[in-house]
Amino acid sequence: MNTESTTRPVIEAQQLDLTFQTNDGPIHALKDVNLTIDRGDFVSFIGPSGCGKTTFLRCIAALEKPTGGTLTVNGMTPDEARRKRAYGYVFQAAGLYPWRTIAKNIKLPLEIMGYSASEQEERVSKVLELVDLKGFGGKFPWQLSGGMQQRASIARALAFDADILLMDEPFGALDEIVRDHLNEQLLALWDRTGKTIGFVTHSIPEAVYLSTKIVVMSPRPGRITDVIDSPLPRERPLDIRDSAEFIDVAHRVREGLRAGHGDDV
Amino acid sequence: MKQVLAVLTVVAVIVLFWYGSCIPMNIKGALTELERDGAEVQPPKASARRDLGEFGLVLNNAFAIPATWDQKKPRLPSPHQVTIELWETTIQKKITSKRSLIYHGWVTLSATMLGFVIGTGLGVLLAVGIVHSRVMDLSVMPWAIVSQTIPIIALAPMIIVVLYSVGVQGIIPKAIISAYLSFFPVVVGMVKGLRSPDAMQLDLLRTYNASRSQGFWKLRLPASMPYLFASLKIGIAASLVGAIVGELPTGAVAGLGARLLAGSYYGQTVQIWSALFAAAILAACLVGLLGLIEKSVLRRMGMAQ
Repeated sequence: MNTESTTRPVIEAQQLDLTFQTNDGPIHALKDVNLTIDRGDFVSFIGPSGCGKTTFLRCIAALEKPTGGTLTVNGMTPDEARRKRAYGYVFQAAGLYPWRTIAKNIKLPLEIMGYSASEQEERVSKVLELVDLKGFGGKFPWQLSGGMQQRASIARALAFDADILLMDEPFGALDEIVRDHLNEQLLALWDRTGKTIGFVTHSIPEAVYLSTKIVVMSPRPGRITDVIDSPLPRERPLDIRDSAEFIDVAHRVREGLRAGHGDDV
Repeated sequence: MKQVLAVLTVVAVIVLFWYGSCIPMNIKGALTELERDGAEVQPPKASARRDLGEFGLVLNNAFAIPATWDQKKPRLPSPHQVTIELWETTIQKKITSKRSLIYHGWVTLSATMLGFVIGTGLGVLLAVGIVHSRVMDLSVMPWAIVSQTIPIIALAPMIIVVLYSVGVQGIIPKAIISAYLSFFPVVVGMVKGLRSPDAMQLDLLRTYNASRSQGFWKLRLPASMPYLFASLKIGIAASLVGAIVGELPTGAVAGLGARLLAGSYYGQTVQIWSALFAAAILAACLVGLLGLIEKSVLRRMGMAQ
């Protein structure tokens, strides 16, 4: 890896615009979004429904096409990056194939990308261990709890060598306790793999606990109202959430959300 | 145990209703036969009996009730007559005999299976085309629907005549009529099944930069399996109907349809009913067999919990 690619931002958005044409007229999903994400960042996108946080993530993944501005991923257009399999995407629902075992589900991207059988086995056992699901490879999805299914879907996104991980409210449907546990595991995983993570959430504590950078967004039109670089250290035990720094950051996020709402709440 | 009891109760009700229906249906014929044998029938004059109606005749001639269940050529054969006929023409006849229902059943079954295989293959191919091509979706689907609005009984003789004129006869024309009926449920079910993966699952494959054929083999096809089996069960029953209908205009050589036709030529109602039952039993066995295959396939796929 040359120095240029290590210092260049992984994701760079400039004046990004996206307007959906619907039957009720155009909807301005993203307006004038400027953002730089560096290698190894853990970036959370937080905001109320309709603020464009998921849309922005989907633009990075080339699942939506911006109508204006520029967006680069690893210095390429998002679609080129998608073709090069630059990122793993974790959806809100685990979306495991019911007819495949957990191990076979994790093999899905590997099969598609043409990894050899032995390589597939090796990677599956590695990521199963990474998400703490060792020994569950032979189970079918319905035999696992919701939290375990979501972990399996994270393993699936980690199985191939994408250095970007995009996560769209991956823990939104899980209860608080499972969520805390998974947050802790996710941080450990991020620390070990050094991936760049884009993470969409509704939850202020989750965003503050996980991120090195918090992007606060607001709706109508979807835009960024604040970008907070977290002063918290990389090592974060769960009880860091009671520290003064943590509460400060959470306060600033809340202020940003309130400001973004303007007078329509 | 409770289920067995419920099933037996329903069967008993049907059999009782059937025996009951035989009485008014057959009373006229039974009285004519009894009178010929020298019995006293009320009223004695045939013209008076004609005016009386079936229920009046039954009330006046209760002694004739058992005779309504044992006529040679009844309007409505009784359950035991059909059962005995079924027994005699399956178990007690050599299966090579032209009077064996097993022989006729096999003739129909072979056309059914061939037609079912053709129809299923065609249905799956059309469904794949429809799902992958908007042009096919718009151009094929309406014709598939229209094809099913034409009564098969009107179409079957034409198919047979046309194919005969180009030298195709025997099992093929029957199989084609079977296929004509069975491809439709397969098309409808498979289109629905192949389209069943939701947007998220399609997006997931997009993030892997998967090709269309990978999407088909790894996602769409396995996702469509439960839909396919539901369609196959309808399709195979339709296939059997097609084969029987295909046998009706062929001059009644062999097959359950031929048995039905011959029975109606000679007023052999017992023969008609036993052929009907043979067809129903055959259909039930075929659907049941598909159900077993469905269960084992879905279990192996991990989709039956």
